[in-house]
Amino acid sequence: MSDASETARTSYARVEAGMKRRRAAERRFRFLGKCAVGLGLAFLAILFVSIVGNGYSAFWQTRITLDVTIDEATIDPAGAREPQVLRTADYGALIKQSLRDMFPEVSGRRNRFALYGLVSNGAGFDLRDKVLADPALIGRTISLTVAADDDVDMLMKGHIDRRAPESDRRIKDNQLAWIERLETDGRIGSAFNVDFFANGDSRDPELAGIRGALMGSIYTLLVTLGLSFPLAVSAAVYLEEFAPKNRWTDLIEVNINNLAAVPSIVFGLLGLAVFINFFTLPRSAPIVGGLVLTLMTLPTIIIASRAALKSVPPSIREGALGIGASPMQAVMYHVLPLALPGMLTGTIIGMAQALGETAPLLMIGMVAFIADVPGGVFDPATALPVQVYLWADSPERAFVEKTSAAIMVLLLFLATMNALAVLLRRRFERRW
Amino acid sequence: MNKAKFALAVLSVATIGSAYAQSARGYISIVGSSTVYPFATVVAEQFGKSTQFKTPKIESTGSGGGIKLFCAGVGVEHPDITNASRAIKASELEQCAANGVKDVIEVKIGYDGISVGHSKSAADVSFTRRQLYLALAKEVPDPKGGDKLVANPYKTWQDINAALPALRIEVLGPPPTSGTRDAFVELVMDEGCNSFSFIKAMNKADKAAHKAACQTLREDGAYVEAGENDNLIVQKLEANPDAFGIFGFSFLDQNRDKIKGASIEGVAPEFETIADGSYPVSRPLFFYVKKAHVGVIPGIKEYLAEFTSAKAMGEEGYLSERGLIPLPKDEYARVVGNAKTLTAMK
Repeated sequence: MSDASETARTSYARVEAGMKRRRAAERRFRFLGKCAVGLGLAFLAILFVSIVGNGYSAFWQTRITLDVTIDEATIDPAGAREPQVLRTADYGALIKQSLRDMFPEVSGRRNRFALYGLVSNGAGFDLRDKVLADPALIGRTISLTVAADDDVDMLMKGHIDRRAPESDRRIKDNQLAWIERLETDGRIGSAFNVDFFANGDSRDPELAGIRGALMGSIYTLLVTLGLSFPLAVSAAVYLEEFAPKNRWTDLIEVNINNLAAVPSIVFGLLGLAVFINFFTLPRSAPIVGGLVLTLMTLPTIIIASRAALKSVPPSIREGALGIGASPMQAVMYHVLPLALPGMLTGTIIGMAQALGETAPLLMIGMVAFIADVPGGVFDPATALPVQVYLWADSPERAFVEKTSAAIMVLLLFLATMNALAVLLRRRFERRW
Repeated sequence: MNKAKFALAVLSVATIGSAYAQSARGYISIVGSSTVYPFATVVAEQFGKSTQFKTPKIESTGSGGGIKLFCAGVGVEHPDITNASRAIKASELEQCAANGVKDVIEVKIGYDGISVGHSKSAADVSFTRRQLYLALAKEVPDPKGGDKLVANPYKTWQDINAALPALRIEVLGPPPTSGTRDAFVELVMDEGCNSFSFIKAMNKADKAAHKAACQTLREDGAYVEAGENDNLIVQKLEANPDAFGIFGFSFLDQNRDKIKGASIEGVAPEFETIADGSYPVSRPLFFYVKKAHVGVIPGIKEYLAEFTSAKAMGEEGYLSERGLIPLPKDEYARVVGNAKTLTAMK
């Protein structure tokens, strides 16, 4: 009797003695957990600060206002206003003339070239579009605001130091003097960079835009979504609800799980061999990109969809079957609607993965310079992450901020997709 | 149900796709070197804006990869033009001919310099190619004398030559997949190691051993593979004034406020010195046109005319503004003539 209480007391004392240590271990564990979360957040904050800090200025563009006389003799000597003549006329000459008028003292070939270098190469094309839209402007003098050259833009944004020795600057002393005069005249200013969202890629940073890549990404993802979602859901429903459990289905299941882990470049090679070389689909087209990314996302969506189907309680199926529904009716009208939110989440995760992918696109020729904005799935196109890569590799200084701005657009795209997933889930989700 | 419609859509998309590919392609397809890419894209853009043709599509696949695609055959599914930062090899031309690509027009567009640069804040340095070889090769001739190779013992630049700075050897450069690396190895390392007569003699006896001796770079941290991105190298050099970097001349030209080029054999990398050939580390750039596609794909002839025009490739053309070193006058005239008459290579 006393022996037993003795044992109880000693074991209690032993537990009591260890208690402090266990509590300390618990506190340590929680602290480490908090540290891990904090560290993750800190890295995320650093990433965002550096990207936004580098890139926010790309949404503004330095612009110069010129008084351009649209001289009929230069652009339409015949006076017939034929669109073909107006389209191919030399509008750059008018821009150059207006710069010469503004700075009549500039002489000599070299100096004049430096003067013309203040405005973007695209200025003449801006003027052309204006004249084509309204031929009545010919013969008049209009005030035209055009993009400044990327070096001028960098100077105005403070990325080029005005006080540095002349040899170190891409803007020379004479150009600096002209810019200062434009500043005192109030002819140089900054405006929201519409071109960045309206143009395709360009080798002139001030004309380069994200639209081509954005449309390319959208077309590619539409193809991917249109193919992978129905295929993956059908596969998941069959495997989960109808397929007999035998060695074959086990084999298929193992293979799907393995496919989800295959590096994406392998799918790119497959796409090159099958879609381009065998089916002779065009290179660099979103249709091929979408097909390749479909192969890549299929396993992800199948696995997520099967998990969603598994989480629907068996009582739903049994209830439906019990009141006389056929197995197909039970699945279509009872199980599938309940599993759909989970399937959608899986799909969006797969899509987000596909959006950020560049490796398979490299193999099928979507890593390319494409200036025209694609108008369909057969036109040559790039994708957003590819555009980030291409700009990061360009020598011109102004592409540094463009790169960060493109990353911001990519992240925004991603955030929108994820928000959509959350919204859909909230709307349809049922808890048991 | 919807699924049936989807299946139908998939099928029809696939058939339209193959039908589409077999019909004509409305734009020029260009592949090839990442070094020529920044110049070719400028021309393509100008061409697309100023003519009624579509802007050509340019893929940056590397010189070798581009030639492989180019030589795969004749037909709309194959590229029309490939850019290269080296001349096409005889073996590649044979491969081309075997696949039916018989007439290839060669266009030399200019020169590109490779610079060894460092931070603006560091003191000026002048290297010889022999010194660079000794600093960067994995195995170098024994400094104690004798005709044998030993693992590179040099830790600082001063160990190689007393006139060089007393800094640890640290060079950031491109990885082996890069054309810049190929050219650096060929123009600097090969030259440097052939300045030792016994290594030069090896070339006759054992080509592979000679290649290994000359072209293998150090792996002990003195040579840092900094990735294909030359901008990144520039940023790293700015942050670390003791390090040197290897990159294309256009990156030096665009970042004069941050970095400067070291002289090689006493000649500084400048526009003029590369153009007149006195700066030793420069290479010609090319593009190759499939003659069978001229007239089939719209605009090839006009693209050639735009590229070889004086306002693009000429001495004061817009390509020289981007850092391309123009051809000497007589060579330029020859290139323009060839492009006009579409004269194929022999």
